[in-house]
Amino acid sequence: MSSHESIIREPLITGDNITYAKITDDILVPVENMPNKAWWIGFTVASAGAMLWLYAVSYTFWYGIGSWGLNKTVGWAWDITGFVWWVGIGHAGTLISAVLLLFRQNWRNSINRSAEAMTIFAVICAATYVVSHMGRPWMALYTLPLPNQYGSLWVNFNSPLIWDVFAISTYFSVSLVFWYTGLLPDIATIRDRATGLRRKIYSVLSFGWNGSVKTWQRFEAVSLVLAGVATPLVLSVHTIVSMDFATSLEPGWHTTIFPPYFVAGAIFSGFAMVQTLMLVTRKVLGFENYITMFHIESMNKIILLTGSIVGVAYLTEFFIAYYSGGEYEQYTFLNRFIGPYWWAGCMMYGCNVLMTQLMWFKSVRTNIALSWGLSIIVNIGMWFERFVIIVVSLHRDFLPSSWAMFYPTWVDVSVFIGSIGVFFTLFLLFLRVLPAVAMAEVKLLLKSSSEQEKKKLLEQGHVGKEQAEFYKENLIKYDSVEQAEYSNI
Amino acid sequence: MKDLNYNQQFEFSGKAKTYSLIAIAIGFVAIAFGILAGHTERTFANLLLMSYYFASVCMQGILFCAIQYVSQAGWSASVIRIPQAYAKVLPYAAFVLIAVITLGLLTNHTVVEEGKKIVEPYLYAHWATKGIVVKGSENYDAVIAAKSSYLNIPFFFARLIIFLGLYSIFGALLSRYSKNEDEVGGMANYNKSFKISAIFLVVFGFTTPLFAFDAIMSLEAHYYSTMFGWYNFAAMWVSGLAALTLITIILRQNGYMTWITDNHLHDLGKLVFAFSIFWTYVWFAQFLLTYYANIPEESVYFYKRWEPEFKPWFWLNIVLNFCAPVLLLMSRDAKRAATVLKYVCIVVLCGHWLDYYLMVMPGTVGAAGRGFGIEEIGIALGYVGLFTFLMLNALSKTSLVPKNHPFLEESLNHHI
Repeated sequence: MSSHESIIREPLITGDNITYAKITDDILVPVENMPNKAWWIGFTVASAGAMLWLYAVSYTFWYGIGSWGLNKTVGWAWDITGFVWWVGIGHAGTLISAVLLLFRQNWRNSINRSAEAMTIFAVICAATYVVSHMGRPWMALYTLPLPNQYGSLWVNFNSPLIWDVFAISTYFSVSLVFWYTGLLPDIATIRDRATGLRRKIYSVLSFGWNGSVKTWQRFEAVSLVLAGVATPLVLSVHTIVSMDFATSLEPGWHTTIFPPYFVAGAIFSGFAMVQTLMLVTRKVLGFENYITMFHIESMNKIILLTGSIVGVAYLTEFFIAYYSGGEYEQYTFLNRFIGPYWWAGCMMYGCNVLMTQLMWFKSVRTNIALSWGLSIIVNIGMWFERFVIIVVSLHRDFLPSSWAMFYPTWVDVSVFIGSIGVFFTLFLLFLRVLPAVAMAEVKLLLKSSSEQEKKKLLEQGHVGKEQAEFYKENLIKYDSVEQAEYSNI
Repeated sequence: MKDLNYNQQFEFSGKAKTYSLIAIAIGFVAIAFGILAGHTERTFANLLLMSYYFASVCMQGILFCAIQYVSQAGWSASVIRIPQAYAKVLPYAAFVLIAVITLGLLTNHTVVEEGKKIVEPYLYAHWATKGIVVKGSENYDAVIAAKSSYLNIPFFFARLIIFLGLYSIFGALLSRYSKNEDEVGGMANYNKSFKISAIFLVVFGFTTPLFAFDAIMSLEAHYYSTMFGWYNFAAMWVSGLAALTLITIILRQNGYMTWITDNHLHDLGKLVFAFSIFWTYVWFAQFLLTYYANIPEESVYFYKRWEPEFKPWFWLNIVLNFCAPVLLLMSRDAKRAATVLKYVCIVVLCGHWLDYYLMVMPGTVGAAGRGFGIEEIGIALGYVGLFTFLMLNALSKTSLVPKNHPFLEESLNHHI
């Protein structure tokens, strides 16, 4: 397809005189040099957060989950909210690497690496919640169907919580393998440029990659197989998370649309987190030529799409609550707006549906500051979505005499804020030791989809006039393109 | 692609025309047979089933085109005339669907339920029976009365007409822009198509769940499921993809559209394969959550479908719509083999007829009046004929290749 690519497709790599060597040099700057001040500040803050997490979780293990703000009506609150929030965020990486690969979306090549890394760290954060939920983490092995000497104890296969254990551990393993496989050619590149001990370490990590044709063929084949395996996994994980709630009889939890609605919401929040990270990484590490305005706008479009799908699901829930005629069901949804947690309901619907509709405007989608702000708003909105579904549904149950409010303790808050610290610590370390952009995959696009190749086509004049105009108009939004060069082509 | 004839046009005559007219005639005979044999309700149920199926496939044509524009898909530019053709048929399908519903809602018959004689319409008796929302009437039903501000005849028709009318307008606009593009070239029509597609997707996304709730879910008006809209959406999407693939293969076998290579078929096959799995996912999620929670208002839906008259069909549905496409299209070679793909598409299309059958029949004729015979097969054939006739007629009006489509070059050189 490469030589027949339509001129109207926007370039995925901008800048003049980009060569294979320059791509390697540009992307390996943070890996091969000492960190700058910005990194140290970020790392200090993030690791302080991680220390807070360590303290709060240790406190939980020492005193038990009684140290959280749970009560007999709201027996599940910030803990599960945080878990679902992190698992949701962990969806974007595999979506980008697997689903977009199957749909041949080449723009994924510049963002898949960081997105996958983010996925893995988010799933790690989610997994820590599973363990801290138990209160007695040394009992974690009972979630696995292992033979044991205490009698015929066996996991309850009827419980969606046990499905969760399988779903998440499978998802984590496959995501990790996918990510690591994709890293192999890039690790080999670092190895070839390194000396001394670093060379030895990267040599082991590169699994003997030698760049031969055979190696590349195997690499392509395994990528496709893993994409095929990972695609159903993307859907299955949040489907099963949604079943933690939807299999129950609780109004607000039991509704059949939950599985695809949760998956859409997960992709929504995951893309928002990718956007949050990539916009900063792009600026700080100077990746403007590889993560272009096209990438930013495309991610915003996906956020708009998934946000709207979530919006359809919200409306469907309201509609069916009315249509069902069930008074408990109707009250649950009304309570989200007129109950004591009305503010949480407003955050959920406002941030996720209303604010994302701003992305219909091109001027918003291509504005970096606004995009970043909206991505944070989506992250906040999606946290509130889980809070509303979980706590606001639970706090006023069938028996008005047991209605109660939920108040988090400092431990609840610290576990959550600390987990964000853990996440950023891991991400910042990743940026130091591995390339944040998949160099080998970006290089594949240089001869077909880069600005410089497209400019050659324009100069040769073999493209339709109107199509050339269309292309040039699309370049205006790019902050990494020298606009003056196009005035006389 | 030097030898490509950019003005190749489909000629609608000969066998295709004769056979589709014969199929339409068979449909009419089956309707007459059903009514004369005293199976009027069953005939109406079949008419509703096929009208809904017919309209859904046409809607999928518009949706397919719109998604191609919005996602800037290149590979599909050279097949886009086919979904455009069936998008153009939607006004007819909408007319047929609304006519069938009008007739079914406004004509009554007397049934005996639990020793009580009730005069009820042939379609939507669960909410449209006279007196069902009137307090004090012997037909009064409090649950239906609570939702009568939504489920009432005027509003019901208003929704159907507005939704189908809107979709038809968008379909007509997309085909018109594409036709203009053939004549004048340039980017103006492409840009308009892009904008209209984005607006259509919003309108369609927010209204199709209601369309499915109205036309199908309200047949059993006590039952409700939030998934039902997306479940019907998945069925619509995958059956439309199967229709598109089937039409492409048959046209190519008859010497048209020679530019369609195995690479295009491979992509179409992948879509049929993937979205069959997606349909199953949605179907299973709805089933599992209903089964697991076992709330009487919801599980009655599957209870009815597990009565002995329906249970074998219930499982056959999964065999045809999941096992068949997944197992047969798993390998790369199968997706690139026109014959294999063709038969799988026929199985999937029949499978989704069965899917709709299981949605419609238990709530209309019920286990006692259920059947699989002349009415079912004849009426289905009639609609296949009608669809083929109208679609091929629309297809013959423009050239088979959108010669000025900005992604045509990519599509003609598509290689995977």
